[in-house]
Amino acid sequence: MGNGTGIGRVRGLGSARHGAHHWLAQRYTAVGNLLLVSWLLFSLIALPGLDYESVVHWIANPLVAVPLMLMIVSIFWHLRMGMQVMLEDYVHDKGLAFLSMLLLNFYAFGGAAAGVFAIAKIAFIGIVKA
Amino acid sequence: MARTNSRPLSPHLTIWKWGPAMAVSIMHRVTGNGLATAGALGLVWWLMAAAAGPEAYATFVACATSPIGYLVMAGLSWFFFQHLCSGLRHFVLDMGAGYELKNNRLWSVLTFVFSTILTIAFWAAICTGKF
Repeated sequence: MGNGTGIGRVRGLGSARHGAHHWLAQRYTAVGNLLLVSWLLFSLIALPGLDYESVVHWIANPLVAVPLMLMIVSIFWHLRMGMQVMLEDYVHDKGLAFLSMLLLNFYAFGGAAAGVFAIAKIAFIGIVKA
Repeated sequence: MARTNSRPLSPHLTIWKWGPAMAVSIMHRVTGNGLATAGALGLVWWLMAAAAGPEAYATFVACATSPIGYLVMAGLSWFFFQHLCSGLRHFVLDMGAGYELKNNRLWSVLTFVFSTILTIAFWAAICTGKF
């Protein structure tokens, strides 16, 4: 943030053509969620049962595992941005705001990693014998 | 935050007169954050249980099909459909349409109607197919 060029003065302050990125990404992931979560709900209705073997057998199919992973990424990306806006509105203390962003990032990235890992494990290993 | 005290804060529930547009707006935030916490954790729990094996999955099913489990799942499903309908309304508003007072009020109310119908239809489909 120098005193030099016009772009240098505004960069990092929410302008310099970066202002709309958060807003647009919220919409892109909303479309992703709309398609992928609707597909998940229709699939849950169409599955023969929601018991262990039916569910694992279904997720193990690559044509299910890949969209499910994309759904996890889309969901956690979307909630990461949505919760950020909520926290920015309600957490006014600078220190607490910083802490809440830190925890939100841990939650979003951790949750997404756990979800993708679970799907990958099912896809690669399949049914686990009790 | 550098704010002067006289300026109104974002969703100021206590001083605004309640109406459909305001209700759908605050419910978008409530349902979104409910889904972001309980919904996302439940989803990852379900996937993790399925990945861990039959015993972990049985524990998940026992919790999910308890009375509280059904209440949470029913609530989350309505939250999802309400957030979906409200989100579709946002796409229309983003295009600059639907701000006429009557239209805005009508579609605000309809998000609640559609989300409730979708929730009932979803559970009817699950129940007729699975039990």
